[in-house]
Amino acid sequence: MKKKSIGQFLSGSREASLVIVLAVLLIVVGIINPSFLSFTNIRQIFLNNTLTFLMALGMLCVMLTAGIDISITSTLAFAGMSIGLMQKYNILHNTFLLFIIGALIGVVCGFLNGLIIAKGNVAPIICTMGFMYIWRGMAYVISNNNWASGMDVAGFSDFGKDGAPGPYIILIVAYVLFFVIMKWTRFGRRIYAVGSNLEAAKVSGINVDSTLISVYTIMGLLAGLAGVLSVSIYASAQPNMQYGKEMDVIAACVIGGVSMSGGRGSVTGTFLGALIIGIISKALPMVNIPNFWQNLIKGVIILAVVILNVVTQRTMERQNLLRREM
Amino acid sequence: MKKKVLSVLLAATMVASVLAGCGSAAQTAAPAAEPAAAEESAPAEDTAAADTAAADTAAADTADAAADTAAADTAAPAASGGGTYALVTKSAGNPFMERMASGFQEAVEASGGTVVIQNPEAATPDAQISVVQSLISQGVSSIAVDGNDANALTAVLTEAKDAGIKILTLDSDVAPDTRTVYCNQAGVSQIGQTLMEAVYDLTGGEGDWAILSATSQATNQNAWIDAMKSLMESDSKYAKLNLVEVAYGDDEPQKSTDQTQALLQNYPDLKVICAPTTVGIAAAAKVLQDQKSSVKLTGLGLPSEMAEYIGDDDAHSCPYMYLWNPIDLGRLAGYTSIALVDGSITGAAGDTFTAGELGSYTIEEIDGSTQIILGPPFKFDPSNIDEWKSVY
Repeated sequence: MKKKSIGQFLSGSREASLVIVLAVLLIVVGIINPSFLSFTNIRQIFLNNTLTFLMALGMLCVMLTAGIDISITSTLAFAGMSIGLMQKYNILHNTFLLFIIGALIGVVCGFLNGLIIAKGNVAPIICTMGFMYIWRGMAYVISNNNWASGMDVAGFSDFGKDGAPGPYIILIVAYVLFFVIMKWTRFGRRIYAVGSNLEAAKVSGINVDSTLISVYTIMGLLAGLAGVLSVSIYASAQPNMQYGKEMDVIAACVIGGVSMSGGRGSVTGTFLGALIIGIISKALPMVNIPNFWQNLIKGVIILAVVILNVVTQRTMERQNLLRREM
Repeated sequence: MKKKVLSVLLAATMVASVLAGCGSAAQTAAPAAEPAAAEESAPAEDTAAADTAAADTAAADTADAAADTAAADTAAPAASGGGTYALVTKSAGNPFMERMASGFQEAVEASGGTVVIQNPEAATPDAQISVVQSLISQGVSSIAVDGNDANALTAVLTEAKDAGIKILTLDSDVAPDTRTVYCNQAGVSQIGQTLMEAVYDLTGGEGDWAILSATSQATNQNAWIDAMKSLMESDSKYAKLNLVEVAYGDDEPQKSTDQTQALLQNYPDLKVICAPTTVGIAAAAKVLQDQKSSVKLTGLGLPSEMAEYIGDDDAHSCPYMYLWNPIDLGRLAGYTSIALVDGSITGAAGDTFTAGELGSYTIEEIDGSTQIILGPPFKFDPSNIDEWKSVY
């Protein structure tokens, strides 16, 4: 058996090239600022990006079906604002129940998305754009110009305190669960089937509508949970919370090799993509890059990784083809 | 099939609009609000959206109508004897802006005028431009703006001025020649002096300190930071203080958290962080308190947001901070609007007028621009935070 060359290893798997990008990022930042590689800092990368990590899983499912959901941070704000206000007005202070309520709000929001997209044949970007305004608007309406602040959510915010295990546990459970679902369950494979070839999926008896509805409902559930987590981690609920952050989630998926046209992407890739996004936002202020340059550099890194991704993908396909011809 | 889908869609929109309507009921002061807003937003198939637009914060409605404009809190029946006085805040959903608006409304209504309060959905100049344009077409008597940008509003405010509308600013100023007078919460140098003094006190007179600001183009933030910097240069008292960095958290909790953590890691000898912004100071306070850091925090913050973090002991991250009274600032802008419209002041330096219960104010010329200064910033510390945290 011939040994694989580095080039072949690199192009053998998209995840491998992401790992290398990650390693390069870590080494460069680590050299400029050694404290970046400290345990506390790595831990904070996960904590500060819990929301991106969590929602990227849902976005993976949505994008696998060739869809997209840009209403997620609005759902997040609506769910987060709701549970924030419940504490502000002393309606409920039970952390567990607050999580359940936030998740339920998310499920309803996501279900409506799925229903309209699947049954109404509305383009996902259009439908979720509508809900992006609706749920964000609802967050403003229910807030009635108030924020839930640190003292209102005292106690509840201990769950997401820097150093508390809660958010990490949620992340680990979610990633393990999705890894198993996407790889080894019938439901997971159905999602891939719907995205890679819709007609074939229909012919083979897959209920496309119910798959689509489930996918958007899952996205909503994760966005709702992210809303609760956001209130807990930042000890504050504001109607404009995480405004515009859906782009970070989509970017995490795209960097992780999830295809916008569906059918292609993995939980591992999504994890690595989200990690790269997290590292970029954490590293840029630490390597003393002037503030004005940070967004620009973030964009350049995202594009570079995606281009690398596409190139790897092509080499991979060409090699597969060669192998088949022989 | 099609019908079913349509009905689901319709039902969803209706639920949204009904809920939105409920939410706003308590706030809509004038009964005229609904028709007025509906008139503005137009096409027939969008009736549900129009209803929603009548809600105070807009945005709920699906499409174009709401994206930027945001509807009126209290819509204005034109042609009332006392004139119509408009206030454009920075953005909706902000308690500080809400208190400011309530002060403005109180002052104007006490004098028999009609109030229009517009909250743009996003804290951007673009959102304010479209709001101001709609106010021009409504023909209001005056517009008080809390500027989201120093220069981007120039064109639209000049247009308003040419239409005979009195323009003033409050909280955050715009280019001086586009408005008559600026209601300043506290003089720039006064705030710079106060914050510098706090930093001096908390560091013990020497060592590293950093600033956590909002966005890099926020007018008032930059003015205060410049004032602090020039104080450090001119006064030898502060010679041993070392400002290591001005970080920008963009008034986002997540980014402010990242920036605060980066400050702590990059500068191990850091003693004090000064955050002259309400979102930034709350995010920084949580980071410092969670990490049990020895770094102390001061700056400008909302008492309700900061009550959790204010205390003299090591368990709290912020010994004391400052802010002004947003209700009084709104009142001052309200009385100034009225005085400008009825002609009792022209906006020239030296003009004096009485701002209701706030007392007498004089327009001052500061750095070549005309301003009215509300008063010195108010200090919030462990002794008074409990009574203020429920106010705003």
